[in-house]
Amino acid sequence: MDSQAIVTLPEHEQPAHEHPDYVRHHFANADQQRETANFGMWLFLLTEIMFFSGMFAAYLIYRNWYYPAFVAGSHYMIIWAGTMNTAVLICSSFTMAMGVYSAEMRNRKALLRWLTLTLLLGLVFLGIKAYEWHAEWVEHHVPGLNFSIEDFTHVNPKYPADRPLSVGMADKTQIYFSLYFAMTGMHALHMCIGCGILIVLLFQAWGGTYTNGHMNTIENFGLYWHFVDIVWIFLYPLLYLISRHQ
Amino acid sequence: MSTIVSLPDQSTAKLPKHTYLNNEYGLKSWLLTGDHKRIAILYLISITFFFFIGGAMAGLIRLELLTPQSDLVAADTYNKLFTMHGIIMIFLFLVPSVPATIGNFLIPIMVGAKDLAFPKINLLSWYLYIVGGCLILWALIAGGVDTGWTFTTPLSTHYLNTHVITAGMAIFVAGFSSIFTGLNFIVTIHRMRAPGMTWFRLPLFVWSHYAASILMVLGTPVLAITLVLVILERTIGIGVFDPTKGGDPLLFQHLFWFYSHPAVYIMILPGMGVISEVISTFSRKRVFGYTAVAFSSVAIAVFGFFVWAHHMFIMGVSNYSALVFSLLTMLVAVPSAIKIFNWAATLYKGSITFETPMLYAFGFMGLFTIGGLTGVFLGSLGMDIHLTETYFVVAHFHFVMVGGMLMAFLAGVHFWWPKITGRMYPEGLSKLAAGTTFIGFILTFFPQFIVGYLGMPRRYAAYPPEFQVLNVLSTAGASVLGIGYLLPILYLTWSLKYGKIAGNNPWQATGLEWQIQSPPLTENFVETPVIDYEAYDYEWLANKTKHEVQTVG
Repeated sequence: MDSQAIVTLPEHEQPAHEHPDYVRHHFANADQQRETANFGMWLFLLTEIMFFSGMFAAYLIYRNWYYPAFVAGSHYMIIWAGTMNTAVLICSSFTMAMGVYSAEMRNRKALLRWLTLTLLLGLVFLGIKAYEWHAEWVEHHVPGLNFSIEDFTHVNPKYPADRPLSVGMADKTQIYFSLYFAMTGMHALHMCIGCGILIVLLFQAWGGTYTNGHMNTIENFGLYWHFVDIVWIFLYPLLYLISRHQ
Repeated sequence: MSTIVSLPDQSTAKLPKHTYLNNEYGLKSWLLTGDHKRIAILYLISITFFFFIGGAMAGLIRLELLTPQSDLVAADTYNKLFTMHGIIMIFLFLVPSVPATIGNFLIPIMVGAKDLAFPKINLLSWYLYIVGGCLILWALIAGGVDTGWTFTTPLSTHYLNTHVITAGMAIFVAGFSSIFTGLNFIVTIHRMRAPGMTWFRLPLFVWSHYAASILMVLGTPVLAITLVLVILERTIGIGVFDPTKGGDPLLFQHLFWFYSHPAVYIMILPGMGVISEVISTFSRKRVFGYTAVAFSSVAIAVFGFFVWAHHMFIMGVSNYSALVFSLLTMLVAVPSAIKIFNWAATLYKGSITFETPMLYAFGFMGLFTIGGLTGVFLGSLGMDIHLTETYFVVAHFHFVMVGGMLMAFLAGVHFWWPKITGRMYPEGLSKLAAGTTFIGFILTFFPQFIVGYLGMPRRYAAYPPEFQVLNVLSTAGASVLGIGYLLPILYLTWSLKYGKIAGNNPWQATGLEWQIQSPPLTENFVETPVIDYEAYDYEWLANKTKHEVQTVG
């Protein structure tokens, strides 16, 4: 937007010093811009909650209906991978928070370092997730494309005390895995988008865009990153943990 | 007949030298604009385009139903016609109709801001709409979709070999356009209000858009994930809605209607905002019970989220939940009735004049009341079993959507046309169009109540011969209605060049948008306005005008 377009406020409301370049023409001052952008981001996260909640609702219903199938399905989750991914994501949230802090402190080097670390941790998460998906493909646990109920009509060697499921209930493990792939898939999609944005932010931060007092974008991206992290914090117990010892 | 229209002396009047329209020239200045007013115009052109495509399909549907046999088009083609008609009219016309055009143009001006909070996201939302629209056109050209606009599973996932995926993606993308519009409105209304513009000084138009935006922001993502699951089921065969794998098609219905019922309030609430402005202006009175009307919008938005299962009474939901949903459905009638009664009370002892927007507003009040009341019939459990999936339902939602929202949209377009373009539309012709629309509408859809009550099911190309008379009436009405819609596009286009110069405030209205030049500047206001009066304060306006006259004298 052109800077001539800025309309001057009446004298008494003229902010004493602030109208830096990064304030868009339709905002009165940097504070208003920052509040507005934050508010917008929180609203967007609200829509994201609604987006995921459709799948969480489905999970809740089907878990009640097909309880044994959900237990059997979760016994095939790779627990170390899930746990490690949880740790990786929590660390990435920490590095992201440090990134926001560095932007606030106007420390360009620290910002670059923390953003790079966040990106790397994000990629590690995606790598481990891809490894898990591959393992599930090999075990014929991908509903629709490559699925067999074989594993569930026999005793799971890791859980010798479990009784095998009837064919009818074993069929329902497809619902568990459908939801597993839909939920982790949507989550991973959000991670990919996050990593993509991070790369752009890194380039901009390199040029010093976010260490001159304008750190809205970093702050709001941080909110997004933490949100995606929190979704995983719900997925991990629901898919891996709660039926572990049943 | 008396009139409140006051235009400047046409022999000397000129359009303002600098406006948002001549600020920049060239296609690029439009396609890359951040100006909410230009984006509103882009939306207006695109939704009009899709309206006429959807309308053409409605015409073909009515032609087919002229005779009892399925003779004009094959039954399969007929299925595609009503499906595409529904998808285009709902997702590409009604949902963005008032908010993305009139709302986009006016919300920033009404709150006293220079633009919406996120101009680039506003532009992005138009592009998403266009991408969604192109995908729909692609689905249409490639052979159409015949699931009905509801995409009912397992019909849509297993039994139909049409372009469900393309249409699903189109709605997914267009849905994000609507999410971004809603998000932009909420943030703008919260954070961009001018000094002195308190919540209860906001025009009711802004309140109703705020309520509709809440629905857009919270409802649309649920539709998005539902469509993603349908697409995943069709493409790779995951089983969330697939009974053979243990999935439940009813869950699809729940998720789909969780959005699609609130969506009808997304469609109607902005229209109600238009009606509040128009009724107040042309009866020269503050809207009766301002606070009640404002909160009734919010109440509709809140209740709207808890009534979705009334679309599913015959689909095997539990009787007890059906009872609760029936009760909640009737509760929605309360805030809707509050609005109708308050508008009627506004008219009472008002100085009413009958300009075109007011005629459309009267049309809205009558038709929406019939549409709303028949909704109560459908919300009661016993009646619903008899009437559901019949033409009674078709008539009911057309009364609300077409009789309500489309009338409100046309009222709004006429009302703010002088502000948007700086020129008046021709009054005589537009009154004719308003009358034609009303008569055509009643003739088209009233017989459908009767034919539906008698038992004619919806979504069939053929019907028993005893229903023919009523169907012929309906088709005749549709032709009249078609003329009613063609007229405005002709004379509004004409008026762009030959219309009378409108001046700043042809209606003597109180809204902030009427206190600036028409068409407005790109920045809307020369300096940030300071608000010291309530909405619809005609005394304030009279004093202000007197003051101006004195200064000139």
